[in-house]
Amino acid sequence: MAIPKVMGTEIEYGITVKNDRDFDPISSCVLLVNSYREESTTKILWDYDQENPLADARGFQVEGEKYTPNQQENIARNKTLANGARYYVDHAHPEYSCPEVTNARDLVIHEKAGERIVEQSRRDANRVLPPGTQMLIYKNNSDRKGNSYGSHENYLMDRRTSFKQIVEHLMPFFVTRQIYSGAGKVGSENRAHPCEYQLSQRADFFETEVALDTMVKRPIINTRDEPHADREKYRRLHVIVGDANMSEFTIWLRNGLTALVLAMIEDGAVDRDLSFRDPVRAIKEISHDASCRREVEMQSGRRRSAVQVQREYLEMARRYVATREVAAEVKDLIVEWERVLDALERDPMELRGEIDWIIKRALIEGFMERKGVDWGSPQVQMLDLQYHDLRPDKGLYYILERQGRVRRVVTDEEIERAVLYPPEDTRAYFRGGCLRRYGTQVFGVNWDSISFGIGDEPIKRVMMIEPLKGSKQHVEALFNSSPTAAELVRNLRS
Amino acid sequence: MKVHSRSPRREAKEKLRFLGAAESQQQQKKGGGDGGDDGGEKGAGGKKLAKKGEDLKEEMDSLIDEIDEVLEENAEEFVKNYVQRGGQ
Repeated sequence: MAIPKVMGTEIEYGITVKNDRDFDPISSCVLLVNSYREESTTKILWDYDQENPLADARGFQVEGEKYTPNQQENIARNKTLANGARYYVDHAHPEYSCPEVTNARDLVIHEKAGERIVEQSRRDANRVLPPGTQMLIYKNNSDRKGNSYGSHENYLMDRRTSFKQIVEHLMPFFVTRQIYSGAGKVGSENRAHPCEYQLSQRADFFETEVALDTMVKRPIINTRDEPHADREKYRRLHVIVGDANMSEFTIWLRNGLTALVLAMIEDGAVDRDLSFRDPVRAIKEISHDASCRREVEMQSGRRRSAVQVQREYLEMARRYVATREVAAEVKDLIVEWERVLDALERDPMELRGEIDWIIKRALIEGFMERKGVDWGSPQVQMLDLQYHDLRPDKGLYYILERQGRVRRVVTDEEIERAVLYPPEDTRAYFRGGCLRRYGTQVFGVNWDSISFGIGDEPIKRVMMIEPLKGSKQHVEALFNSSPTAAELVRNLRS
Repeated sequence: MKVHSRSPRREAKEKLRFLGAAESQQQQKKGGGDGGDDGGEKGAGGKKLAKKGEDLKEEMDSLIDEIDEVLEENAEEFVKNYVQRGGQ
């Protein structure tokens, strides 16, 4: 029986300061992240002792230097928030890692809350910038000059499922899911074939099938083996092949269907060989074909379109859910999956209110027609970028959303709440609750631990190696009987 | 943040426009847990709201005009200067 698919996303945002010739991304990121103020959480360390990004899921440890900043730098670069998220500076980008959730709808809520947190801090950061300059943030993955930054998904998996099985059954899904999860991009880069418009922001950057790297020679399946949980029981599948999506419906489908397919793999329900002959080539060919009709060569020698491959997964999913109890959301996902594939086969433009790459394409085509410009126009490139702009009044996606032109999945009220409060059904609830209640006594945090510095006593670290423990149900009584951190630690021990 | 909040009346109006924009879809099923999209779709959907091509074009034109107003002015320069360091 598949384990619950606890999940989360990590979004690296693009950042620039308009009219600043000496723009320095790192100091801008530090300013941005520190402009977000939550009273109780300003001086908490990120606990790097718990990290091991160089462990490889194929069973070895990669040589390399592990990054550990000094205390001051650590606090300047890391914010752990009372909603259970981590907001921080990663290399030269601001990054928001949402708290752990158990379903795709909550994932949408918390990923969207991240956009608002980044936007709020952007506005506050701008107050201290010189007049005439302005910090701007983009939720996308490329500067269209060959530089890419990631948006990663994470899914909890059962360690008993071999990594080899995961790779084999997941690869064709990852190569093809971009037909409904792509964020769209004008042109190509990174030495890919020229094209006017493509489905994915990221496809041009994948150069190998399976590897540990995330910044160079990016792999379709990443092997980082850092579960942030009990490593005897769990893996955390770290997915780097996705795009930064704006559309709620697209995010919902992307995470919901990926989680479903992963559960199917754990239960042995993916039983067909759908391998592509050359997945790295296939992911680019599919991305570069906005008709969604191109057939790509399979290992078997046959040729299949991305829609056809997705239909095979859909069919296996139907059989899978027919014989077991599944959440209502999973049933909704399957219904929508089929509708989306049908529409893609007829005419992708039918989804111009739902799927990011199609929403953006429809907007650009409308613009080109009205203005008499073509794909090479700087204005078209600007539309491509500004679709992802986080400013509510200038971001083109938000304008479409406000006009009711794109399909929503969650409500503004739910997103506003998630800016402040963690999900209630994972350990994020404990993390966020501790920060809210005992913030000044929290010394350090990582996904699977929280440590307290109480008076002169030695630091006490509480481990949270079960992602589903620490939920409201588990810890509400504990919180209520622990007015102080000292009492919390004492009560945990007894 | 209040910037994203909408009045119920405006929300209803916007929903109608969305349905208009997506009219060629054969059906509008509820999905994604449906959030604030409860009700209204069945009664309001369908032919009653289907707009003729010309209306749609007019609507698209007004959207493009609005987009044109907010689009970064010096697009060529701006796009050229948007350079990021590679990330993950």
